[in-house]
Amino acid sequence: MNNYDAIVIGAGHNGLTNAAFLAKAGLRVLVLERNPYIGGASTSRELHKGWKYSNASYVCSLFRPEIYNALDLGRHGLRVIPVNSSMTFKQDGDYFGSYTQPNIRRREIMRHSPRDADAVVRFDADVLRWCKLVRGFLLRTPPNPGSLKPRDIFELAYLMKKFYELTEAQIYEFIRFFTMSIAEYLENYFENETVLTHYSGGSIIGTGLGVYSPGTAYVLLHHAMGDVDGNVGAWGFARGGMGSVAKALAGAFQSYGGEIRSDAEVAKITVAGNKVTGVELASGEKIAAKVVVSNLDAKRTFLQIMDEADLPPKVVQRARNFKIRGSSGKVNIALDGMPTFPALPEGSTLTQGHMHFTDTLKRLELAYDDWKEDRWSADPYCDMLIPSQYDPSMAPQGKHMMTVFVQYCPVNPDGGWTDEKRDQFGQTVIDQIGDYSPDFKDLVLHAEIRTPRELENEIGLTEGNIFQGELTFDQLAFNRPFPGYAQYRGPVKGMYMSGSSTHPGGGVMGAPGANSAREILKDLRKPDTTPEAYSDD
Amino acid sequence: MTINKEHFRRALQHSPFHSRLAALSLTEEWTGWNGYKAARTLDKLSTEYFAVRSSCSVMDLTPMEKYRISGKDAFRFLDRLVTRDLSKLKPGMVTYVVWCNDDGKLIDDGTLFQLDEDQYRLCSQHHQLDWLLISSIGFDVNIEVETHEVAALAVQGPTAYSILTEAGIDGLADLKPFGIAQLQCNGFPLVVSRTGYTGDLGYELWVDPKHAESLWDALFAIKPRLDIHPIGLSTLEMVRIEAGFIMPGFDFNTAESTIRADYDRSPYEVGLGWLVNLDKGHFTGRQALLAEKARPVKRRLTKIYVDGNKPVREAFIFDAKHGKQIGEIKCATWSPILKANLAIADIEFVNGKLPPQLWARVDYQRELKWLSIWAECRVSDKPFYTPEHRSATPPANF
Amino acid sequence: MTEQMDVIIIGAGHNGLVCGTYLARAGLDVLFLEARDAVGGMTATRAIDTDYHTPGLAQTSFPVCTQIRKDLQLDSFGYSVGKAADTISLEQNGAHLRIGQQGPSGQGVSNSDTMAFDQLKKEYLDYAKALRPLFQNKPPRLKDFDFKDKTTLAKLGWNLRVGLGSDSMNEFLRIATMNMYDILDEALENEQLKGALAADAVLGHHMGPRTPGTVLTWLNRLSGELNGSLSVVDGSDSQLGHALRKAAAASGASFRLNASVRKILVEKSRAYGVEMADGEKIKAPLVISNADPRSTLLDLVGAPELDAMFAQRVSQIRGAGDVAKLHLALTGLPEFTGLAGADLEHRLIVAPTMMYVERAFNPAKYGECSDNPVLEITIPSLQNKSLAPAGHHVMAVNVTFAPYNLEGGWEKAKDQFASKVIDQLCRYAPNLKSLIANQELLTPQDIEREYHVREGHWHHGEMTIHQSFMMRPLYGAAQYDTPIDGLFLCGAGTHPGGGLTGQPGHNAAQRILAMRPAS
Repeated sequence: MNNYDAIVIGAGHNGLTNAAFLAKAGLRVLVLERNPYIGGASTSRELHKGWKYSNASYVCSLFRPEIYNALDLGRHGLRVIPVNSSMTFKQDGDYFGSYTQPNIRRREIMRHSPRDADAVVRFDADVLRWCKLVRGFLLRTPPNPGSLKPRDIFELAYLMKKFYELTEAQIYEFIRFFTMSIAEYLENYFENETVLTHYSGGSIIGTGLGVYSPGTAYVLLHHAMGDVDGNVGAWGFARGGMGSVAKALAGAFQSYGGEIRSDAEVAKITVAGNKVTGVELASGEKIAAKVVVSNLDAKRTFLQIMDEADLPPKVVQRARNFKIRGSSGKVNIALDGMPTFPALPEGSTLTQGHMHFTDTLKRLELAYDDWKEDRWSADPYCDMLIPSQYDPSMAPQGKHMMTVFVQYCPVNPDGGWTDEKRDQFGQTVIDQIGDYSPDFKDLVLHAEIRTPRELENEIGLTEGNIFQGELTFDQLAFNRPFPGYAQYRGPVKGMYMSGSSTHPGGGVMGAPGANSAREILKDLRKPDTTPEAYSDD
Repeated sequence: MTINKEHFRRALQHSPFHSRLAALSLTEEWTGWNGYKAARTLDKLSTEYFAVRSSCSVMDLTPMEKYRISGKDAFRFLDRLVTRDLSKLKPGMVTYVVWCNDDGKLIDDGTLFQLDEDQYRLCSQHHQLDWLLISSIGFDVNIEVETHEVAALAVQGPTAYSILTEAGIDGLADLKPFGIAQLQCNGFPLVVSRTGYTGDLGYELWVDPKHAESLWDALFAIKPRLDIHPIGLSTLEMVRIEAGFIMPGFDFNTAESTIRADYDRSPYEVGLGWLVNLDKGHFTGRQALLAEKARPVKRRLTKIYVDGNKPVREAFIFDAKHGKQIGEIKCATWSPILKANLAIADIEFVNGKLPPQLWARVDYQRELKWLSIWAECRVSDKPFYTPEHRSATPPANF
Repeated sequence: MTEQMDVIIIGAGHNGLVCGTYLARAGLDVLFLEARDAVGGMTATRAIDTDYHTPGLAQTSFPVCTQIRKDLQLDSFGYSVGKAADTISLEQNGAHLRIGQQGPSGQGVSNSDTMAFDQLKKEYLDYAKALRPLFQNKPPRLKDFDFKDKTTLAKLGWNLRVGLGSDSMNEFLRIATMNMYDILDEALENEQLKGALAADAVLGHHMGPRTPGTVLTWLNRLSGELNGSLSVVDGSDSQLGHALRKAAAASGASFRLNASVRKILVEKSRAYGVEMADGEKIKAPLVISNADPRSTLLDLVGAPELDAMFAQRVSQIRGAGDVAKLHLALTGLPEFTGLAGADLEHRLIVAPTMMYVERAFNPAKYGECSDNPVLEITIPSLQNKSLAPAGHHVMAVNVTFAPYNLEGGWEKAKDQFASKVIDQLCRYAPNLKSLIANQELLTPQDIEREYHVREGHWHHGEMTIHQSFMMRPLYGAAQYDTPIDGLFLCGAGTHPGGGLTGQPGHNAAQRILAMRPAS
């Protein structure tokens, strides 16, 4: 029988990150993946000949440069290209573009509202301040506020110290930022409806909340906090699709001697005497290890691959109550050519960035109201990209690949999902795009439509939630996934968590995987191979 | 200004003077300034510099932000906005002002023109519409951006008066420093203010963009007799330091864009305490400044001479007594007219006092090799260079 | 003519009365200036017409904070806690749910519902208890703590860490920012029960059960329950407003009614008195406003006397009222399907499920009224016979959601909305329509006009997390003092917010007395 120091369940980007750091420290590590391909939500597959899709996640900006550097991902083939812009089509035939070139960005905002163009200065400074603060906590293990252990007290003191580097007014502003809705928060700065709507969109991506729900302002950071080579807030697109992230991580992991087995579904984490003994595969095969890391979300981990009898009842109850609401869908489209958008001037660069079709806060919120009623939004919020414009590896020459993220999409529409409903959902999205691009529909060669059902079935995200659990305060930091279990250790000795269900949460960031590895290595008294966060000062 | 959808094709827009500037630019060294294409240099730096100091220079000021403030409460609004007592401001006068946020930290500085009863123009370096509108709550006031509706030209140097007069602009003889006159030039109206950022004799001309080129041509028509030279931002940097003027966003962080706590600066901290009147009515930041004044001085932007001739940009300042690093140079220039190294430094005070002995650690390059020396610094209480002809009324004729 | 007082209190609502009485008892000369013709603010009795009266805007209430009741000897001025009212959640078919002292009962209520409810209630009452130091003191600042802040924080920390224990504290930190929908879904199964509790958390707020922060508004309500049971406000002499008026008068405070303040007089950031609508000036070194923060700071003081960003932040305080009040004058007692006459002394609500409440809230986000609003119904004339002629009754109905900024304006929509609500009521009390002798609907705009509360908000400002504690009404004025020296706030717009608790008035008085230079 094989003998491993550690088994990581799930070859998602956090699992691979975790495994790579463990292997780098000299452990014998096995990664088990249910699917025939690796990457979890960071995957690119060819579902239509010649086209590569980023089937699930589609941008990475949050991916920590420290991890990139520590695992030498550049040499393992990862290239992250900054996305140029984002834009929103208006119903009146106009559009709003958010360019990265500062002068053009300013002038474009001025075109819609001179006041907002000036307010952007204040907005940027404030958001950068919160980014700087929160970014410092990403690669740290949250303290347990209920614990009196020295390390928890030290960590709490460290956080307080960082917090107290703010002025008193800034502390209150930060609390407000943390607890306000994105729409109300932005109204502190902007007046123009299109501008407000454009900048609100990022805050509802992946959440079961609307733009008027308190707590959504903070989610902005989960999208603005990323940086591609110093451009804070810039989105990055991995060349070759998001599968490249997984590929590079796997490359790094294997270079440290790690082993990946795909088509190897774990049925159970085996436990004896409150200690893990290894895993049992769906095939019945048993593999022993003293350390088992689950990269699955908290619900799956505790309710599916662990035995209730092995767990404290409180943990089971917490796992049941864990908020992990699928709210997003995905449509990936192979295009016979580049669609045109008559609203945009000839030669506009805005097609190279994120494109949205929702121009009022009311439309955004109505989309959410639909979801609350378990319907997919009739007028959904779409985040659309055509990456083949600057990444020739995604589609044959002259052809294009389009990726459309759709908010909102329910987990359980009345009567449950059927293939027919799925296609209707996809059609809603295609129709919306068609409204702004008359030649679009004729260019569609193939569409991969993903509702929460597909996301769950294919990549194992419970309810298809892209963050492995809502990013609300009750599930953040020391509350993520549950109070008392936020330090990556499970309730059973030798069992750990490394997925986005743990701090600091979702996004292709790698931080949960790295943090988890640090805790494991500490418990095993091995040298710490994980990186320290870069300083902003 | 209406902006059309095509604006994205060009990052920097052209000022109304651009065709003339481009024609005279030898270096074609351009840079961005508030979204406009502005000249960094057009010619040799020394040529431009001596145009300011010995003949006449012309600089395109169009990119400066300009706001028209009018309405019943315009005066009360402005008096609550700025730290200075505006009660002496009259139509036809300009005054230099700064304004703060609630914490008494500087947002920007600018020149405030009273064009008429209840008609003002505020001219600033940075975008202020957001702050002006925030400040307008509770006032019956109308605020409009006129940055792009008014072309502006700075005509500065000892012969500026003669050139303008010869170009057909009559009525400048009696215009005192900080005065405004509504005049004519070859049949079109223009506003002239005796203001500037060079410390020399000079005027600023404000005109409808459609007359911009005619104005330029009228001035340059005099060139055969009296030399006149366009200058860029690099020269401006030299002469403004000589004149002891500070630049928000360069010499200190403006409050609205400051991310880190205590990285912004109050008027006292940049040496503009004389612009703060705590006894006038309420203005934004008053209570914070009152509290600051009661505390020992923490730091100050200080004008210093740095011994020697090595360029001193980006040097640290040390307290000679304790050897402690207590400050840094924010801007510096070699002064061709004084043959001295001039700098403005942000210096932490020790126990509320400026340490008596300051040294700068200067890193400089010789043939690509980095060298380092220590240079003693001497504090200057006054602007480095203030020629008498600057304020003579009427100015000397050439 | 100018008068000189020690203290002027603008507005004699219950918080103003509490605050002023404390100050008067401390020996200060207190003058109340009330714009309306009666003291008590939202608790003052109002007439529908000459024959029918209602107890005012507040129609149910928890007892006033026990400490205040004791300190001000309110019982000796006639105050008594009303009869405990159960909550009856109505179903059209008569299968009502009743939540009384003994917990929930009704057709659909199982044993496990009762147990789960008791456990939930106990847990949350424990949290409310733990938060008491925070509610009963000025909110601590988060930097430059003074001694009082330190003791408040120490007590709070002790209550959370030691009082609740580490597990319970962790749970509190989890639920503190959550929404009612989720915690009720976690704890309970009975939809009707969940609906009723969800309605409690959102009534008076611009929030639906799914809005994060509704756990906090519920906790706020539960902190009222720590003082005793909910009762129906009936406008009798034993009510809070009357007792407070007498207590204030007995401690030497004077009153002026129909006395509308136009301006707070300020010089160099110091308040020195007020100017009345008729131009009269009254001077006082202490001016305390029971008016809402926005009216106080933007209208009475004026933005020009404030720093610009502060004024901007005041103008952005959220607080657009979302509850309309329907008053019905009835020629007899209506018959509710499935309820006995005695049941009508209790509090009736229409909030059958959480999603019902959420759906009622949805349109409010877009400036529209609920199609099927959440209702809170009382018949105060059953307790206080003087409100209506013999055998006749008055009914008070809180109707939510009815947004202040109604799309298209209230002018046109008002009558239609009133008849819609009456139709809805008739589904539970079929004979109601035939009994109506007179009616009035107070929209949030009417409430604004009649009660001088900006945007007609009960609580003078939304009780969202970002407008609570040290951010209520806004930081920089969250400890009752304001940037204007000598000007204090004491109304529901300040910490800990709305409800007939008297707590803001009490805390403000403590703060004022603590800040007063020793003489």
